[in-house]
Amino acid sequence: MSRPQILATDLHYRYPDGMTALAGASFAIHHGERVAIVGANGAGKSTLLLHLSGVLQPSQGQVTIDDLPVTEKTFTTVRQRVGLVFQDPDDQLFMPTVLEDVTFGPLNLGVPPEESQRRARECLEQVGAWHLRDRPPHRLSAGEKRRVAIAAVLAMAPDVLVLDEPTTGLDPRGRRQLIQLLKGFPHTRIIASHDLDLVLELCPRTILLHAGKIAADRPTVELMRDDQLLQRTGLERPLSMQCCPICNNK
Amino acid sequence: MSGGDQAFLEPGLLDRLGHGDSSIHRLDPRAKLVVTFAFVLVVVSHDKYAVSALVPFFLYPAALLALSGIPVGQLVRKLVVTAPFALLVGLFNPLLDRAPLLELAGLEIAGGWVSFLSILLRFALTISALFLLVATTEIPALGRAAERLGVPRAFVVQLLMLYRYLFVLADEAARMARGHRLRGARRHPHWRVFAQMIGQLLIRALERARRIHRAMLCRGFDGRIPLLAELRFQARDWAFLLGWIAAFALLRFAEPAQLLGKLVLGGGA
Amino acid sequence: MHMSDTLLSPEVGSALWVATAATVALSSRRLGRLQDDRTVPLMGVLGAFIFAAQMINFAIPATGSSGHLAGTMILAILLGPHAAFLTMASVLTVQALFFADGGLLALGANIFNLGVIPCYVIYPLIYRPLAGSAWGTARARTAAFLAAVLALQLGALGVVVETTLSGIAELPFAAFAAVMQPIHLAIGIVEGLITVAVVDFLYRMQPDLLGALPHNRRADTHPWRRAGVALGIGAVLLGGVGAWFASADPDGLEWSIARVVPGELPERGDGIHATAAQVQERIALLPDYALPGASAEEDAPTVIDAGTTLSGLVGGFLTLTTAFGLGWLLRRRTVRSTTNPVR
Repeated sequence: MSRPQILATDLHYRYPDGMTALAGASFAIHHGERVAIVGANGAGKSTLLLHLSGVLQPSQGQVTIDDLPVTEKTFTTVRQRVGLVFQDPDDQLFMPTVLEDVTFGPLNLGVPPEESQRRARECLEQVGAWHLRDRPPHRLSAGEKRRVAIAAVLAMAPDVLVLDEPTTGLDPRGRRQLIQLLKGFPHTRIIASHDLDLVLELCPRTILLHAGKIAADRPTVELMRDDQLLQRTGLERPLSMQCCPICNNK
Repeated sequence: MSGGDQAFLEPGLLDRLGHGDSSIHRLDPRAKLVVTFAFVLVVVSHDKYAVSALVPFFLYPAALLALSGIPVGQLVRKLVVTAPFALLVGLFNPLLDRAPLLELAGLEIAGGWVSFLSILLRFALTISALFLLVATTEIPALGRAAERLGVPRAFVVQLLMLYRYLFVLADEAARMARGHRLRGARRHPHWRVFAQMIGQLLIRALERARRIHRAMLCRGFDGRIPLLAELRFQARDWAFLLGWIAAFALLRFAEPAQLLGKLVLGGGA
Repeated sequence: MHMSDTLLSPEVGSALWVATAATVALSSRRLGRLQDDRTVPLMGVLGAFIFAAQMINFAIPATGSSGHLAGTMILAILLGPHAAFLTMASVLTVQALFFADGGLLALGANIFNLGVIPCYVIYPLIYRPLAGSAWGTARARTAAFLAAVLALQLGALGVVVETTLSGIAELPFAAFAAVMQPIHLAIGIVEGLITVAVVDFLYRMQPDLLGALPHNRRADTHPWRRAGVALGIGAVLLGGVGAWFASADPDGLEWSIARVVPGELPERGDGIHATAAQVQERIALLPDYALPGASAEEDAPTVIDAGTTLSGLVGGFLTLTTAFGLGWLLRRRTVRSTTNPVR
């Protein structure tokens, strides 16, 4: 078995106000894997994702990316390798226009302006948002914002894509477009989501968080059949795996 | 400042107008900014009894309106809404300045009325110019223009950030205010309630700032915001800038209104 | 209340633009040196917060009318004077653009009244000395309330002074002030109450947020500099207003001389005095305290002599710049000597 790309060992984290968010989480993710992170609200999903990109440092335990330990000192390297797409795209699109937002990352990394623009174009075209390049973010729809935020992260040329609740606020078409988009990426993908049907469709493996600990780390289909586990951890089956509400077929 | 939902819709309205497309919209923002400033300076440099001298200056907003396609109704609405303060103060002019200044068809007109009229004209001219500037230039473009004209970068970055997030926060504030009105309370919240409301708004704002900061860090932020300033002055920008400044100078010092009047009345008026 | 282009003269407007632009430049540089990258998103979002909060009107009890928040003191308490000033300046700028609140020329005056005065006069001279080092005490709350009230009073006074100096409106100083000051006292009291309530709310709900702000907690090492700023601003205001009031009466010295020596002072036309007089006439931008070209027998007597007030303002501004320049020079010398100890 090849070395894991992401290795989390016994992660503990406590917020400044004393609340424990992670109470010992460990897992290993390999190149190219597609892993979902699920759990009830407050289970610690977002906190875990912030640890993977080095924004937060654990009070105990460690994260390594390709054998590089994630610390305050290595943050500058880690943040380029792990691209984090935030839950609220308004937090992530902070420049006056879409193009300026997508070039923000490469320019900060020291990529020359022309090359940055070329990369931005490539990434925007990949998500189907090149025509929006001169728009200010506040005049984009929720779906457009999401796609632009992804493009902005892609422009950093990361190895890993981490997404926090990517389908929140999207209408059915927007959601479908997003799922198609995510299917096509070559990166290692880690997706935290309440949208269990997306999880079922996109990620063969699921990590279930409960009260800051990993309650399960299994193939998705298997986990989604474990009704007792799902109940205990505040979840239920994906809608596509539940009884049909029309004909009530099990 | 107008209250109610109108206030919340205003920025969006002007923002949308600013993103339009016309020959005026496409001009370099620096040219527009400088010309607007020059216009305002020249207009207010008039004597307080200037009335006929000010009238020709309406040429500028009229020309912009015609070329930019901005609806006249919007401008009129803006004028009506912003009128109160200046007019209220100006209204004292006729009351305090009673000395007759000129005679019109046998009627003695006090200086105060003339200066009041001058105030009205100044008001219409300066507000129109400013409105048309914003209606034909988006704020980020104005920010870029300001930076190229020497405004400190830290301030321009702040303007752009503010512009970016004011719609988001204005939305939150509007929802809060609407929620308050829908609960049958009187029109405006009591100050204590208001303090609670904006206290909540503030906490959310601070948390958002923290999240934005994190997002910035994740994309390599090191304290400096890179700005792509791609502004290039073209022939038509020079024409606009120099043409209008020359026109203002001419109108200010040659007083064509007087000349025209004298011409029409056949000299000696 | 906002100053308006309509009632502004180009001299007053430009003078205040110069003062404001200088402050923005100094503030930006100062902030750049503070090196905290959290400030960028924080200022942006808090500016948006103030902008949004100002859109909601609250009822002023016992008057039946409504008002809106200024919020400068809240910003100053949360961010410190420099960041608060730039944030407020940006809010006023965007408001001028989106709402035509006042106008482009008046923006300089508005930023001065509602930004420079609260952040660089009231905050250092009233709030910081009175409030102590942390929030939560009755002392701090009283200081905040007082600061808010005074900031609005001085801001309103600024509008009155600027309008009167401009000479477009006939409203005399005393009458205008008699209306503006009480109104802004009422608004100021509510603003003060809201300021205290909001900071208190933050303090109770999220004390860690309040503590995490890049507050300017540096010890008061330059009390003389603050005094210098206050004196400078006082000089500008005094120069302007005083010059206007004094325009009718001859200069103190000349007046006393006139009493002693009957008749006009003879012009010493010979030798060095003549040369000196010629040189002075050539150099002086504003010969004899009036604008060049302005005829002696101008308009009606009620017209304010713009030349006098301009020289008053220019004089005041030059005094301020000189004071600052000297202060800065002095500071550089002391800093150099303390950071380069002889080994």
